[in-house]
Formats: sequence, structure tokens, C-alpha cells
Amino acid sequence: MRVIKKEDFKEFVNLLIGDDTKEVVGVKAKGGKFVYDELSSADELRLDFDVTVLSPKKYFMPPVETLLRYDLSSDFKVEPVNEVTPLIIIGIHPYDLIALQQLETVFRDTYPDANHLLKLERSILIGTNMQNVSPHSFAASMGTATTRYGYDLMLTDIGDSYYIEIGSDRGEDLLERYARVSKPDKTHEQRFESVINGIESKFQKALNFPPEELPSILARTYDSKLWAEKAEKCLSCGSCNLVCPTCYCFDVQDVTELNLRRGERIRTWDGCLLEDFAKVATGENFREDRASRYRHRFMRKGKFLYERFGFIACVGCGRCASGCLPDIADPVEIYNTLKEEAL
Amino acid sequence: MTRENITIYTPRPATIKRIEQMTENEKLFEIALDDNMPLGHNPGQFVEVSIMGIGEAPISISSPPTKTDGFELCVRAVGNVTKAMHAMNVGDKLGIRGPFGNGFNTSMLKGRDLLFICGGLGFAPMRSLINYVLAYRRDYGEVAILYGCKRPCDLLFADEVRRWKSMDGILDHHLTVDEVCEGESWEHDIGVITTLIPKTKFDPETTYALVCGPPVMYRYVIKSLKERGMPDDHIIVSLERRMKCGLGKCGHCQINSTYVCQDGPVFVYSEIKDLQEAL
Repeated sequence: MRVIKKEDFKEFVNLLIGDDTKEVVGVKAKGGKFVYDELSSADELRLDFDVTVLSPKKYFMPPVETLLRYDLSSDFKVEPVNEVTPLIIIGIHPYDLIALQQLETVFRDTYPDANHLLKLERSILIGTNMQNVSPHSFAASMGTATTRYGYDLMLTDIGDSYYIEIGSDRGEDLLERYARVSKPDKTHEQRFESVINGIESKFQKALNFPPEELPSILARTYDSKLWAEKAEKCLSCGSCNLVCPTCYCFDVQDVTELNLRRGERIRTWDGCLLEDFAKVATGENFREDRASRYRHRFMRKGKFLYERFGFIACVGCGRCASGCLPDIADPVEIYNTLKEEAL
Repeated sequence: MTRENITIYTPRPATIKRIEQMTENEKLFEIALDDNMPLGHNPGQFVEVSIMGIGEAPISISSPPTKTDGFELCVRAVGNVTKAMHAMNVGDKLGIRGPFGNGFNTSMLKGRDLLFICGGLGFAPMRSLINYVLAYRRDYGEVAILYGCKRPCDLLFADEVRRWKSMDGILDHHLTVDEVCEGESWEHDIGVITTLIPKTKFDPETTYALVCGPPVMYRYVIKSLKERGMPDDHIIVSLERRMKCGLGKCGHCQINSTYVCQDGPVFVYSEIKDLQEAL
């Protein structure tokens, strides 16, 4: 554990920005919302954010990512591509850190995906405990409002300083090289404890039951009328998929340059709510109606991936709830209603 | 920016050795990997075929693993990649990833009687298993083959299929088409494939049915087999789904928590009969 005075923290961030070995990314205000973006000065950093529009997933699974480069002017010329920009990301809330851990598990499973894993390996994650909470978030009830793992450093605002938990040697090394820190004294420890203990009370929304019950609740509500009722309004736009920190489905396409010689095979974010998601070339669509696609997403988050990987793939960030135009995507509302139905 | 040279998405270069027009819409491609390695597949597995600039598509392997100097893909021109494949010539290069999926459990099937039920292009992966079984004929019990397609002109591997009709070691063999158009000759059955099941010689107690066909076919075939008294764990199906990666990542082939590309495409019916969306 360390403590850093706020003015020293600014200097720390500015030193990181000044060092060229890694690009420094942090939470910035943009158009009344918060986003992760490259920092040009510590003054831009807003650690008081409630939630960002997109999660830091975008750095480890970019919306558009080159997998291969090909050259059509010779017989068969294909070059694997794994473009990695080493990052220091400052200001990741615990639920997003847990989401990144889940993605790592998925991409490490059976066939390790170097395009994802190398980006993660080369980056330093600096978390921050929540000062403000989005009105849609229910992370506390998902057990994701705080975390003891998944970060290199974790910051907690304790007034005139940040309390720093060290999660890795890399994190410790970073502090040693760039930061003026001290050991926390008793007052710091007390302030830290009180901040952590106060986080849960900031949430306006909560799951009414322990998240471990979700898989069995969903097993009993597969045929619920709720799916069709809600999906009636679904625009099949996939916004819930795009803002989700744990959605990782992707499409793969070849994009050839206008010279028709060189091109790239890219992967792009895909979404299971989109109409064509399960459609094959013959026209058969294995999830043709909106209700089955809508249900699939909630089932996947609360049951399917749990069965495969052992985690509930919803971290309670509430981004889907705020991103859904017809307002049918709020997992808390769906899951709490299903809990009642499953009784 | 740094680059790493190992990725799971990199296809291996391969060359088209032979192309055979099978029907109006289907061609057979014999392909060899440029490193001359055998593909090393099990019957029922698939590969991801890359045509750079067009894309990648999952295609089931039609040849048995006993053929090692290349492998065969029976391809219907229906999507971007398959249409582009149909425009290719002998000597052209394409990319191969895989083989992927589980394939048929050939050791579990040893000593069992086998009933192959194939509909349309579902014959393509099944041909790999049938030829495998015929190559190791004495390891298996009785063999019966049912194959249905839309019209006589849609019959795949027609010469091979007709040869099986008179082959020793094949207990029963029926072909059927949905319709015969004017001017076409057809000396076999007419009607959907389920009409063949009641008249086929097999003992439901000792026989394993291997089923592959268009999505609509499974429910009816399984019903007919159960009417003959076949237990659920004797029915083995191969399922089709949309796929991108073949590696359990992209999410497209998911049936609930099951990934068809990894856990399938071959499933024992008793294990998926309660799996919603499967059939």
C-alpha cells in the first residue's frame, strides 16, 4: 500500500505521459459524458467519472482490428498481423477490470488468441474505486463494485491524496520509477476503509438476490413470456452489445484496397441482437425472431457463459440500460422480474 | 507498433489439385496443403477455407482420413466464398485453417451396425465417414445407407453412390428424390427421406443412426427412427451453424452454452434433445 498526494499524482501522470515507452490513456470528459482517450496532460484526467460510454475493452478488442494482411498480386501471400500499442490506462472502475479478466479467460481458453492477449500483457492497468455511480449501475449487487485483483495499481480518493493498492510488480515498479509516494499511516488507512465501505450506499439499483442464483433462475424462465413482451420493442440495433464490457462476439471480413492488390482481413465487433447474427448462407436463420435473440443475450450473460467459464458475464455497469433506445435492456429489471417468476 | 508472427487466424497455403463439377450448383475440390502435410482430420470435421479478398467459410471435409495426399471438399455455390471457389481453377491457391470440430467418434462406433441418413448436401461430410467405415469394413457391423436429394440431377457422388448399391457388405441402400422432372430418369424411390426409414433393414437395438441434412430434416428423421424403436443415444447428428472463427471465440455458432465449432458439429441426440434451439 502507498499513498500519493494529489499534486504528486498529477506529476506522476505527467511524467508517464512524457515517457514515450507507453501511450497513456485515461478517462476524459466529452460531450457531457466520459470516455477513455489519450491523455495529453494530467489535467484532463477525470477520476470522478460515473461510467464511460465504452469500456476499456476497446483497447484489447478494438472495434476494427487487422488480423491478416494479404497481397493478391502473388499466388498466396498472407501475413499475420498483431498490432500492439503498449498502454497505461488510468481510471478503470472495478466492474470493468473484472470484465477485462473475463475477456482474458475467454481469449485464453483452448486456443489462445494472441491478438487479444498480447495487448493485455503489454499494458498497465491503473484502477480507481468509484467516487460517483451511474444511476443505471448495479455493480455492488453483482459483487463487482470493488475488486482485489485485475489491476496493476488501484487508486482510491481519500481527500487530499490517493490511497494506492499495488496489484503487481509492474505496478510497484512504475511507482518506484515515477512517483513520489509514502507508506500510509493510520489516518490514511481509516479514510480508505471508510471510502470503501461507503461505495455500496451510492448505488440506486440492485439485484434482489445473490448473482449466484442467476443460472438456476434463468434455467427456469427460458419459456417466460417476458422475452417476447420486451423484445416486441427491440430495434435489433445491437447497441446493448456494443456498449457491453463483456460482449466479445466478432465478425471477420476481407477489405481490399482500391488497387485490388493489397488488403486486410479485419475483425469487427458483432452483436447477437443483430438480425443476421446466426444466419447461414442458405438463408436459414437459427435465431430468426427478435425474442430469441433478446433472450439469448440475457441467457448468455447469466447462464451460458457461466456454464462454460464459471463466471456471470454481467458486471452490472448499466451501460446497456442507458444505451437502449426503447429502454428494454436493463438487466436489473429483467433479472429481478424473472426471479419473481421463478419462485 | 510491434508485430507478432503467431496467430490462430492465419490460414495455411493450399493448392487446388482437381475440380469436378458434380451438379449444377456443386463442385468437388481436391485440395493439398502446400507443405504436403496430410490434413489429419476425423470424418465429420470441417475446415475454414480462405479466399483472400473474399473471406473465409466453414466447409465440411468429404474425403476420409485414409486419403492422405490431399482432401476433398464438396462445395455448393451459395455464399461469397463458395461462389468465388466455383470460379477458381486447378492450380489456384487458397487458405486452410483447421480441421476443426469433434467429428464422428469412429472408435465408439466400432463393432456397431450403422445406418447412414443423408439429406442433400448433408451427404458431403457423411461421405467421409462412409468411406472410412468401408475402408475398415471388418471393424464395423452391418451398414445401411439412405440418401435423399431434391431431384435426380442433385445426386452427389452419383457414381460412387450407385456402386454402393451392389457392393458386398452393404446390407441395405436406398436413394430417394423429392421430385422427378420430365425427361429425367430415376429408378429409385420418390418421396422425402423419412419414407425410406420404415422399409430399411436395421435392428434398432444394435444400430447407430448417423444423420446429416438440412435443418428441417432432423426432427422428422428422429421421429421416424424413434417409431422404429431406436434409443436416443443411438442417434447421432451433425449440425450446421454460422461460424467465423472455428475456435470457440466469435460466438456465432453458439447453441445456448454449446459451441458447435468445438463441442460439435457432431452430437449424440440424447445429449442435445433438451437443448433449446438445437434442432
